[in-house]
Amino acid sequence: MDMPEPNAAVIAKKGRIVERLLSVLPEDAVIHEEHETRAYECDALTAYRCPPLAAVLPASTEEVSAVLKICHEEGVPVVPRGSGTSLAGGALPTADSVILGVARLNDVLEADYENRIIRVQTGRTNLSVTGAVEEDGFFYAPDPSSQLACAIAGNIGMNSGGAHCLKYGVTTNNLMGVTMVMMDGTVVEIGGAHLDAGGLDLLGVICGSEGQLGVVTEATLRILHKPEGARPVLMGFSSNEVAGACVSDIIKAGVLPVAIEFMDRPILEIAENFSGAGYPDCEALLIVEVEGSEAEIDEQLGLIKQIAMKHDPVELREATNAEEAGRIWLGRKSAFGAVGQVADYMCLDGTIPVSALPQVLQGIETLSGKYGLRVGNVFHAGDGNMHPLIMFDANKPGDLELCEQFGADILRLCVEVGGCLTGEHGVGVEKRDLMVSQFTPEDLEVQLKVKDVFDPKWLLNPAKVFPLAATESRRSAA
Amino acid sequence: MLTPRDEKDLSEAVAGASGPLAIRGGGTRPIGKPVTGEVLSTSALSGIDLYEPGALTIVAKAGTPLAEVEAALAQEGQRLPFEPMDHRGLLGTEGEPTIGGVVAANVSGPRRIQAGACRDSLIGVRFVDGAGTVLKNGGRVMKNVTGYDLVKLMAGSYGTLGVMTEVSFKVLPRTESTAVLLIEGLSDVDAVQALSKALASPFEVSGAAHTTKGIDGDPVTMIRIEGFESSVAYRAGRLQDLLAGFGEIKVETDPERTAAGWAWVRDVEAFHGVSGDVWRFSVKPSDGPRLGAQLGAEGLLYDWGGGLVWALAPEGTDLRDQMGNIAGHATLIRASEETRAKLPVFHPEPAPIAAVTRGLREKFDPRGILNPGLMA
Repeated sequence: MDMPEPNAAVIAKKGRIVERLLSVLPEDAVIHEEHETRAYECDALTAYRCPPLAAVLPASTEEVSAVLKICHEEGVPVVPRGSGTSLAGGALPTADSVILGVARLNDVLEADYENRIIRVQTGRTNLSVTGAVEEDGFFYAPDPSSQLACAIAGNIGMNSGGAHCLKYGVTTNNLMGVTMVMMDGTVVEIGGAHLDAGGLDLLGVICGSEGQLGVVTEATLRILHKPEGARPVLMGFSSNEVAGACVSDIIKAGVLPVAIEFMDRPILEIAENFSGAGYPDCEALLIVEVEGSEAEIDEQLGLIKQIAMKHDPVELREATNAEEAGRIWLGRKSAFGAVGQVADYMCLDGTIPVSALPQVLQGIETLSGKYGLRVGNVFHAGDGNMHPLIMFDANKPGDLELCEQFGADILRLCVEVGGCLTGEHGVGVEKRDLMVSQFTPEDLEVQLKVKDVFDPKWLLNPAKVFPLAATESRRSAA
Repeated sequence: MLTPRDEKDLSEAVAGASGPLAIRGGGTRPIGKPVTGEVLSTSALSGIDLYEPGALTIVAKAGTPLAEVEAALAQEGQRLPFEPMDHRGLLGTEGEPTIGGVVAANVSGPRRIQAGACRDSLIGVRFVDGAGTVLKNGGRVMKNVTGYDLVKLMAGSYGTLGVMTEVSFKVLPRTESTAVLLIEGLSDVDAVQALSKALASPFEVSGAAHTTKGIDGDPVTMIRIEGFESSVAYRAGRLQDLLAGFGEIKVETDPERTAAGWAWVRDVEAFHGVSGDVWRFSVKPSDGPRLGAQLGAEGLLYDWGGGLVWALAPEGTDLRDQMGNIAGHATLIRASEETRAKLPVFHPEPAPIAAVTRGLREKFDPRGILNPGLMA
């Protein structure tokens, strides 16, 4: 993975840039000593690191605007950062860039139950958005697995999803408005407490643009009343194909579970050894969760169990109380950690049409043999969002590169069957060079033109999302 | 009139165009500033390309009649989640609405409050830009953050950024039964409070509307719930308890009557065949009644829990002027060509947003030939 050569002229004027930043921010909000900038050298894609020129932690939209204005004038690239949990390297700096962290922007500005919205500053963590309203019975639906740590700013940047988006949608379906600072410091308001855009749907483009179009400082989010209850059922099957067919039949039957999670044998074994969740010995496991009142849950689960029985399950276990529900989820929720105990791993995020599931799992197995690396699959089956975990040894020379090649092959397979490279993690630097497998040069060019409009000098997170070769002329013109 | 047979043909037609093009799907939604130009119809780009009920996905060519898409879905017990409005009655148009037209105008209905707008169900587009280049964005999977989301940008762009050739949707199961709670005689303020209370409950309301003059002439407040029969009955009961303080509540469960009632709301039937301009406001739901009072309109219909306000006004009146400090936006949906040429149809934008919008149009349609000025 390459990053562009840092701009020597920018590095040469570091002193002046820092001085100007200090003129608009408090001293403790400008981090520029080399031993301190290291804290910002990477995000959760830890394989790649580079300390930034400086990092700033503005505490208001006005301060963000002042910072961007200075960086715009000085021609300094800016890398926006939420909580730094990106698995795709979305917040990876370059040596000539300023990291703009939103961590100090973490207030709740307004919680309005009558209109079912909450307005927050975007440095607030995903879970603490729900935290601000749950005493009153409400929640914010998108629930990425990093929700304890990840910031709303990053959720907007990567259009984050989670286990429950089959029913509730992803970030873009729950984001109603933003306050955004453009690269030149201009502050714009888009959307708000009302639904749908008046003109072009700019909000839709901003969400998922990986911090390349502007820095979102405030967000209006849709909140919902919590369901009366929820209950999972666990089903074990004798093959991936059968489990896949069961998912499809459940969906066709008109039930809309809030989550359908799928785990294959390799993951199942690791998760079971780690958590002792009591999972059955089988090839594929589904966890299906439905919501509602007790009677509603009984009815839906009754129907789901009927469907599952037709697929001859190895085991069918319904939670009868909260403790059992917790056990059903235990292995799934600790799956990533469990894999981390036995190996280094890389987590992919390709999405496929649900119908292609058996074919893709078969293909992954074949590739696993070819590369000699183990892989386990845990994913959101209802929406086809896969999370293959490739296991490797970071201390073994060449293993990371092998793992990356394997990962790239899996993602190309996802695209081949009609899917995409990333469902909820974003492209970042990780999948940048694979974009050509999904898009024609023209498809990419029109996206670059969108960035041209928002950020003509290509200073916002410029080395992400698109293959470097495709953006070279634009970045160097800046 | 240009009627390209396929995407390639359409691409050549746009590339070879020497002047403005008026893009047309079914021609049933003449919304926006009047456009003069050669008509380019997508009607020949028709047919469902892919439908996988088990994956909740349908892909259709842009000129496919909406009715054909809906019939195919119904056969498998599924539907478009966003309940698209039929504009024909309101706008006095004839013809066959197309799925591409639905996307171009981001047409949604009452279920928007629960299931999202057209743009939320739309997961992929293919389109031809103003230079004739064939482009795609999104795909046929419902979770996708691979590159910028131009799918949403295309929804509601009224053919001004590109001519859509193919659209993909996430669909949902049709529900088994429906119940509608009806409360008569509420003031607009009380009605929106009742709707808010219902929407802020865990009972999954899929429609929340209020009319100052229902079919019988009296104010009616309507709350819809959908799902499995026993679940609907349960939630209807719980909502009745919750809203008991607002007056007598009737529960309607007859499938034909409930469907007709919501079609009446969806298509704004109260203003069919009645003279006057029709304005559509999107505001914060609790601002709805205040807006309604300020407008001094001849007729009002509240949908989306009070956040969507339809207003009937004397021809040529600028109702947007009456919004005062209420945040949101207004669209002039029905008016004479003369009025639409005179008053902004779409809500005027602050300068920096207008600059971005202009910039995007210049990139997507450098010659300014796709429905030029329609959204101006």
